[in-house]
Amino acid sequence: MGAQIRVYRQKIASTSSMKKIFKAMELIATSRIGKARDRAQAASPYANAITRAVSAVASQDDIDHVLTQKVENPTRAAVLVMTSDRGLAGAYSTNALKRAESLTALLREEGKEVVPYLYGRKAQAFYDFREREYAAVWTGNTDSPDVERAREIGRTLVDRFLQPTEEGGVDELYLVYTEFQSMVKQEPVAHRMLPLAVKQGGEDAEAHPLYEFEPSAEEVLDALLPRYIESRIFSAMLEASASELAARQRAMKSAADNADELIRKYTLLRNNARQAEITQELSELIAGADSLASS
Amino acid sequence: MAELDVEVVASDHAVWSGAAKAVRGRTIEGDMGILPGHTPVLSLLSEGELVIEPVQGAPVKAQVNGGFFSVDSDRVTIVADDAQLSEG
Repeated sequence: MGAQIRVYRQKIASTSSMKKIFKAMELIATSRIGKARDRAQAASPYANAITRAVSAVASQDDIDHVLTQKVENPTRAAVLVMTSDRGLAGAYSTNALKRAESLTALLREEGKEVVPYLYGRKAQAFYDFREREYAAVWTGNTDSPDVERAREIGRTLVDRFLQPTEEGGVDELYLVYTEFQSMVKQEPVAHRMLPLAVKQGGEDAEAHPLYEFEPSAEEVLDALLPRYIESRIFSAMLEASASELAARQRAMKSAADNADELIRKYTLLRNNARQAEITQELSELIAGADSLASS
Repeated sequence: MAELDVEVVASDHAVWSGAAKAVRGRTIEGDMGILPGHTPVLSLLSEGELVIEPVQGAPVKAQVNGGFFSVDSDRVTIVADDAQLSEG
């Protein structure tokens, strides 16, 4: 057998085994997107309830709370970037990191020092490779986040926010994650979480009745706001995980399609090579017979 | 008779929702009962048992682990960090 054919056979074999892996990963991602979206859905009543309560309390103008106050001259901002732990999800992590980079540049332009907080192994690798510093990193199970992790992150960030600026505290808190818009569209977005953007007065104020607070408005707000931040982070984590899976599914789909295309191409080449070999053997035989007959 | 529209949610799932005659819960200042027509209130929950008396059927009990609840024109939202329906 000709060397050429053997090479093509090997390529076809390895491409089809890769294709099997891509197909399997695509199927896994597809089955898990549904679950991730269900979880995001299940967490939304909590997020809605807490948002309603926070805006109800915060719209009462006589309350001043650390978490809603704007610092006169913000000098330091924390940015939490959410990426995936594993690759093979196309440009998912890259896009989130790019969004974070542009936000960082913008904040620097405004004269703020940026403190990065990372979520996901890909973000950590990105920062480690460039030998940049970061305040903290959380890795592991980005594709199925749990509440405990969100609480931990929330607590860390709120603590840092509550520290006075002179002691290394931050004045602002931003969140960069990938919004799940549809199965084919996921957009990296950046939001400011703290200080809260509370709408004062306006038509919105009408919607909330005058609540009584027990024990007091300050204490209620003290307990509410960290929970609100946690819930925001948790919903972002859930949405990011759905986006990650959708990105992975799409990446694996196109990888499997490309593998198909390669297999087709190599099969053609292999057939060509085989045919050429047969033709050559035939012509050698005929030439040999001819020379025997004529001698 | 007026009814309460009750919703109990934990951080990652909805626990219970429906119409009820009364809700009893433990706030950090003591037990609190809510009947239809209660004034709007936002209060912090402490660890303890939450009892909901639905319009029909047996009382629903839930073990709540911190959180808060809001009452607003007969709409009761109980937002718990963690809540488990208990038997009985």
